[in-house]
Amino acid sequence: MAEHQDHADDHGQSYYVKIWAVLLVLLILSILGPIVAPHIAFGFLEAWMITLMAAFGIALVKAYLVAANFMHLNVEKKYISYLLVAMLMLMLLFFAGTAPDVMEHKGQNWENVAAQAEVERALAADGEAAHGDHGGAHDDPAH
Amino acid sequence: MSTTRPIATTRSATGIPTGKLAVWWVIVSEIVIFGGLLASYVMHRIGHPEWAEYASHTNTWFGGANTFVLLTSSLFAVLAHHAAEHGDGKKAAKWLLGTCAGGLTFLCIKAVEWTGEIQHGYTITANGFWHFYYTAAGLHALHVIAGCIIMLIIARQAWKGEELHRVELIGIYWHFVDIVWIFLFPLLYIAK
Amino acid sequence: MAEAGTVETHGAHTHDAHHEQSFWSKYIFSTDHKMIAMQYMLTGMAMALIGGFMSYAFRMQLAFPGETVPGYGLVSQGEYNALVTNHGTIMIFWVAMPVLIAAFGNFLIPLMIGADDMVFPRINRLSFQIFLLSAIILIVSFFVPGGGFGGAWTAYPPLSSTAEYSLTPLGSTLWLVAVALEFVAFLLGGINFITTLMNARAPGMKMHDIPMVLWMIVIASILFMASVGPLIAGAVMLFMDQVVGTGFYDPGRGGDPILWQHLFWFFGHPEVYVVFLPAMGIVADIICTFSRKKLFNYKLILYTVFATAIISFFVWAHHQFVAGIDPRMANVFTITTLIISIPIAEMMFLYIATLYGGSIRLTTPMLWALAFIAEFLIGGITGIFLGASGSDIYFHDTYFVLAHFHYTFFPIAVIGFFAGITYWFPKMFGRMMNPILGKIHFWGTIVSFNCIFIPLFVLGIAGQHRRIYDYQNFPDLALAGLQDLRVFATAALLVMLAFQAIFLFNFVYSIFKGKPAGKNPWKSNTLEWTTESPPPHGNWPELPNCYRGPYEYSVPGREEDYWPQDVPPDTAAAE
Repeated sequence: MAEHQDHADDHGQSYYVKIWAVLLVLLILSILGPIVAPHIAFGFLEAWMITLMAAFGIALVKAYLVAANFMHLNVEKKYISYLLVAMLMLMLLFFAGTAPDVMEHKGQNWENVAAQAEVERALAADGEAAHGDHGGAHDDPAH
Repeated sequence: MSTTRPIATTRSATGIPTGKLAVWWVIVSEIVIFGGLLASYVMHRIGHPEWAEYASHTNTWFGGANTFVLLTSSLFAVLAHHAAEHGDGKKAAKWLLGTCAGGLTFLCIKAVEWTGEIQHGYTITANGFWHFYYTAAGLHALHVIAGCIIMLIIARQAWKGEELHRVELIGIYWHFVDIVWIFLFPLLYIAK
Repeated sequence: MAEAGTVETHGAHTHDAHHEQSFWSKYIFSTDHKMIAMQYMLTGMAMALIGGFMSYAFRMQLAFPGETVPGYGLVSQGEYNALVTNHGTIMIFWVAMPVLIAAFGNFLIPLMIGADDMVFPRINRLSFQIFLLSAIILIVSFFVPGGGFGGAWTAYPPLSSTAEYSLTPLGSTLWLVAVALEFVAFLLGGINFITTLMNARAPGMKMHDIPMVLWMIVIASILFMASVGPLIAGAVMLFMDQVVGTGFYDPGRGGDPILWQHLFWFFGHPEVYVVFLPAMGIVADIICTFSRKKLFNYKLILYTVFATAIISFFVWAHHQFVAGIDPRMANVFTITTLIISIPIAEMMFLYIATLYGGSIRLTTPMLWALAFIAEFLIGGITGIFLGASGSDIYFHDTYFVLAHFHYTFFPIAVIGFFAGITYWFPKMFGRMMNPILGKIHFWGTIVSFNCIFIPLFVLGIAGQHRRIYDYQNFPDLALAGLQDLRVFATAALLVMLAFQAIFLFNFVYSIFKGKPAGKNPWKSNTLEWTTESPPPHGNWPELPNCYRGPYEYSVPGREEDYWPQDVPPDTAAAE
C-alpha cells in the first residue's frame, strides 16, 4: 500500500465512479446485444455472432476494467498479473484437452451413443414444445 | 491477538505485503475452481444444442439487476479501500457495510429469481443446463456469503481503526467474486 | 484464541520469556509450526498404519482366497473393494501429502529460511484441524451402513455417482467429503507455504540461497493449487450427483462420465509430482550433506524442476488411453508423457553427478536417499511402457500398472519419508536415532519391498487384472505358478510390515533415550542446524542472517569441510 501511495492518490473517488459508470454502460450494451442482434445482422455477421460478441467480448472488457482499476492490478507487481493469466491459460489447456472427448459426441473410431441419443430425444421434445406453447425462435450458438 | 504476530509475517522480501500476497494466491486457487466448472459447462453447452431451449427460460433482467448490484458493491469496496488508505477507518467501515448490503441485495434477488424458477419446474434435477445453472450460481453465492461475513468482521475492526490494510484485502476478494459473476452473467443469461 | 505466548510482538526477541502453556494449548491447539508439523507427521504415520493394515487384509485374500485373515476375519467382495479403494486414498492423500508436504514443509520452511514461524500461524492450525477432521470422516465412512466406498481411489462415475451401482450410499459420500476437506486443508497450508517462502526469508537469503527441498515443497504447493481447482469443481458435481440426484456424469441426462476422468486426472497427474518433488528435495539435501559436496548445478536442477512442473500439466490423459478418448488426443498425450521423462532423468543424472567424487558417508538417511534414486528409476522406466498409448492398451489396469505405481509412490512416500525423518530426527527431538536399528530397518524394508512388487510386474505381464477379488475363478490366472507369485508377494508384504516395528521402536525409544544430538550432528550448512535441537519456541533467540548458498561443502582453503549459511564471511576463518 505505502509503495503505491503515489498511484493511489491520482485515483481519486471520482476516478472510481467514472470506471463504475463505464461498467454500467457496458452492462446495458450486453443486455441490449441479444435483443437488437436480429435487427442489425447483415451479410456474414449473423445474429448469434453479435450475441456472443455482446456477451463475452463485453464480459472480457468489464473483467479487465475491474481487475485493473478496482483490484489495482495496474499498479501491482507485474508477476501477479502473469500468475493470474497463467491460471486462465491452464483452464484453456484443460478445455483443449477435454473438449475433444466431452464436447464432441463422435470422433475417430468412437461414438458416444448415449449422448447422441439424449441430444436427439431432447431436440425432438423441444420441437414439440415449440409448436405447442411458445413459437419463439431460439438463436443457437452451437450452429 | 490480532495485533501480535510472528516476525515472519512482517517481513516482505517480495515487496508485496504478506497478507496481500496470500490473497492473490487465494484468487489463483479460486480461478481454477471456477475455471474448471465453467469450462465443463461451456463444453457441455456447445455439445448439446438442445440446451439453448433450456437456457431461454432464464430471466436476463434478474441477471442484469444482479450484475448492477455487484458492480456497485465493487465500487463501494474500492471506495472503502480509498478511505482506508487515507487512514479514515470509520468511513471505510461505512463503505464496507454498503458493500455488504450489496451482497445481501444480490442474495435476495437470487432468492426471488430461484423461487420463481423452481415453481415453474426448473429445478436442479430438471436437466443438464439447470444442473450447471444452480451449481455454478450456488458456488458463487457461497462466495458472496463468505465475503459478506468476512467483510462485517473487517468493518468492525476498521471502525476501531485497527488492521486497516485488511480493507484492501477483502476488497480484492470481493472484486474477484464480482468478476466471476461478470462471466456467469453472459454464460447463464445472455448466450441463449 | 488467547494463547498468550504462542505469538510474538513485533521485533521483540524475548522468545523464552513466555509463561508455561497448558497441555491443550501446547500440543493440541498450538500455532507453533514445529508442533503442527509433528501433528501432521503423527497423523500421517497413524494413517499409514491403517493403510498398511488394509493392504495386509486384501493381500492375504489374494494369496489365500476365501480363508479367514488373522486379525481381520473373512474379506467379503464388498469389503475387498472398500479396502483396496481406501488403501489407495489413504496412502496418497492422508500419508504421502501430510507427511512429505505438510510435516516437512511446516517443520523446515521457517527453520531453513531463518524465520520464527510461518507467516499465518493460525491459518496453519486451521489447516491441520480441517485435515484431522477429514481423516476422521474417512475412517468413519468405514462404519456407516453399507460400508466404505469401494469404487477405486479414482472414483470414476457412474460407479461412484449413484448408490445403485456403488452400493455404498453413505460411504461414497463421506469418502468424497473427506477428500474435498483434505484438499481445502492443503490449499490453506499451501498458501501459507508459498507466502512464507516468498516473503519471510532471512535478510540476505536470495533466490539461489534457498535449500532445494524448500523450492521443491513450494513448487509442489503451487502445482497442487493450480491443478486441484477443477477437481474441487468436479467433486462438487459428483457430490450433487450422489446427494441431490443431478446427472452431471450421466450421458443419458446430458452429462458425461469422461468429464470426471479429465477433471480427476488434470489434478491427478500433477499430484504425482506434488508428492514426488518434496521427496526429491529431501534427497537433494541429504546427498549433499553426506557426500560433502556442492549440489551439482543448483540452477539447472531448479530449471528442470520448473520444466517438470509445467510439463506435468500436459500429460494427464495418459491415464485414459483405454477410456474411450479420441485416439488423436492419445497421440498428443503419448508424446508429452515421453517428454516429461527428460527433465526427471536429467534430475537423476544431476544427483548422480553430485555423488560423483564426493566423500560419501553411508549413514541411515544417506542409504534411504540412495535407495530413493535407485528404486524410483525402476518406477520411471516402467512408466515408459504405460505412457506409450499402444503398449498401454495391453498393460492398462493390470498389475503392471499397479507395480509401476508402487515403484514410484513407495520411493516417494515411504523411502522419502524415512530419508527425511532419519535426517531431521535430531533436529526435531534433539536426540539421535540408533544407526544399527536404522540400517536393519532399511535393508529389511528395501529387500522386502522389491520382493513384493517384482512378482506383481510378472503377474501384470501375464495379464492379471487389477480389480479381481478371487483369481481362482479365472482359469488363465488360477495357474499354480501365478498363485505362487501372489503368495510370495504377500509373504514379502508381511516381512515388510514386520520390519516397520523396528522403526517404530527406534522412533519411540530414540525420542526419550537416544544419544543427545547437539546443534549440528551431521555438520550441515542450512540454517535449521544453527539453532538448538529441538528448536525453542520462536526458533532462534536472535533471528539469523544468510550470507551464502546452502551447499558450500568442502570449499577449498577452509579448515572445516562445511560453511554454514549464517556465518558472516569476515569471521569465517574463526569458525
